[in-house]
Amino acid sequence: MAALNQPLADVAAELTGSAAARRPGGLRASQRRRLNAFRYLAFTLFGLFFLLPLLAMVRFSLEGTRPGTWSVSAWTQIASYPGPPPLLSSIEVTLELAVITSLVMLVLVVPTMIWVRLRVQWFSRVMEFICLLPLTIPAIVLVVGLAPIYNRIERYNVSALMLFWAYVILALPYAYRALAAGLNAVDATTLSEAARSLGARWGTVMFRIIVPNMWQAILNALLLTIALVLGEFTIAYLLTYVNLQVNLFEISRSTENAGVLFSASAATLLFAFVLLLILSYVGRRLRRGRP
Amino acid sequence: MTVAATTGTGARPARAGRQPPLAWVGTVPFLAYAGIFLLLPTGIVVWNAFKGNSGGWTLANISALNTGPVRTAFTGSLELCVISSAIGAILGAILAYAIASGNPDGIIRRLYIAGSGVLAQFGGVTLAFAFLATIGPAGLLLHAGWYSNFPWGIALIYCYFQIPLMVLVFLPAVDGLKIQWREAAENLGGSTWHYWRYVAAPLLTPAFLGATLLLFANALSAFATIEAWEDQINYVVPQSIGGSLISEVGLANVHEGDALALGMIVLVVIVMTGYFLLQGRAARWQR
Repeated sequence: MAALNQPLADVAAELTGSAAARRPGGLRASQRRRLNAFRYLAFTLFGLFFLLPLLAMVRFSLEGTRPGTWSVSAWTQIASYPGPPPLLSSIEVTLELAVITSLVMLVLVVPTMIWVRLRVQWFSRVMEFICLLPLTIPAIVLVVGLAPIYNRIERYNVSALMLFWAYVILALPYAYRALAAGLNAVDATTLSEAARSLGARWGTVMFRIIVPNMWQAILNALLLTIALVLGEFTIAYLLTYVNLQVNLFEISRSTENAGVLFSASAATLLFAFVLLLILSYVGRRLRRGRP
Repeated sequence: MTVAATTGTGARPARAGRQPPLAWVGTVPFLAYAGIFLLLPTGIVVWNAFKGNSGGWTLANISALNTGPVRTAFTGSLELCVISSAIGAILGAILAYAIASGNPDGIIRRLYIAGSGVLAQFGGVTLAFAFLATIGPAGLLLHAGWYSNFPWGIALIYCYFQIPLMVLVFLPAVDGLKIQWREAAENLGGSTWHYWRYVAAPLLTPAFLGATLLLFANALSAFATIEAWEDQINYVVPQSIGGSLISEVGLANVHEGDALALGMIVLVVIVMTGYFLLQGRAARWQR
């Protein structure tokens, strides 16, 4: 439970440190004690609630053939699980989908957003509406309308990679909000006027002036998109494609408590978490670079 | 390409008030994409919901929503959403307050916010496996008999992503509570109870209700987790939709899925409209 001790140590530091004097200022000592007792309790209980299922999943993934023993076989099985289709091939498909979806999303949304900000401002409300629409049209609804469209697509290409068309739409709200936050932090109009008055073309303004100023937002949008694709199940399953999640679901139906379920799930989660860590570190370094 | 090299191309600085008529062309690729893969599917759902098996217009699909199994699915959805969003909202608000009352730059706050960001998205098949390993029939923590009970077993699993989502949505509102307001209440002789009853609670109520609605919509549209938890019985509407997509053969009317999906759209739109209205109200105090 080493991970739990860290937050608790932090609370302890806050009790005595300068931080405690800063935030709950104006509180009497007795009130502050009660508040801190409450925080101790809350962080411990919630921490347990969030950590226990993860720990249980990891423990299950390390279970040997007899209960109570330890083994890494479930982790090595990730590469060799026969399927059908083989687990490794669906991992490959999912990773390729993540890359394609992020690229298409960036190419489609970033230039459009900058262009709208600079030249077609009346369109920005429409764009916001469209981008946030998938929040009210959930995947389970969208897939019903997508089924006939995918029937048409399958006449030309039956590859599971075609799922990217739908995944870009699912990622729109998250990507849009991340990118809009970045774009709002840049004075796009002044920058573009300055660049244009020096003779820059619109392409130069977009990709050499505005985009470098919103790397953090682009990175955010990318990681949200990747995380979404890694966890997507609904659309792939109901359009009868096999991605990682669908494959895991099928394995869970054919083999009860297969160790590989837990190791592959834990690996996916770990991967997403590492991406998030990278994001927060790169983000902090980018911010520090600014005056 | 350098900036200097482009000076000869005759580019002019943008002038305010002069909008070339062709600027909107730049939005066409985006519009076309969203049109084909977002607006068209939505249109197909609405269109087909009123289509008969043989092609003519009909209300039969809609009235079929009022039959036994569909009614059960809608009731199940409402039950699950109310339970999981109420528990998620209350516990999430408590956690948000615990986070907000600490050091704004502290590691514990960063840890919980980053964790919430991951866990709020952590739905799906993986989540069902995690709880299977914890409290399932062979669970490590306990072999909970109620694990496979609807709605309580699945509601507990839903809380795993509802609470973090509540933290993310509600934390800005709690952060917006100014310490001066508490000091003012105390200077006027108010107790902690007075402060919460007459200052904090009225300020936080719109944000709290709005966030609860968002949680409700979130639970309503979740499909993967409950399908991985139990795929033999259709407890909620998303499962019925999935079922009608997978086995179109055995259905009395082929457009049942579209009618169900339309019902979902109507529900979500109502809930989300409430959310946006309440958010607007709550935002007044968050400057």
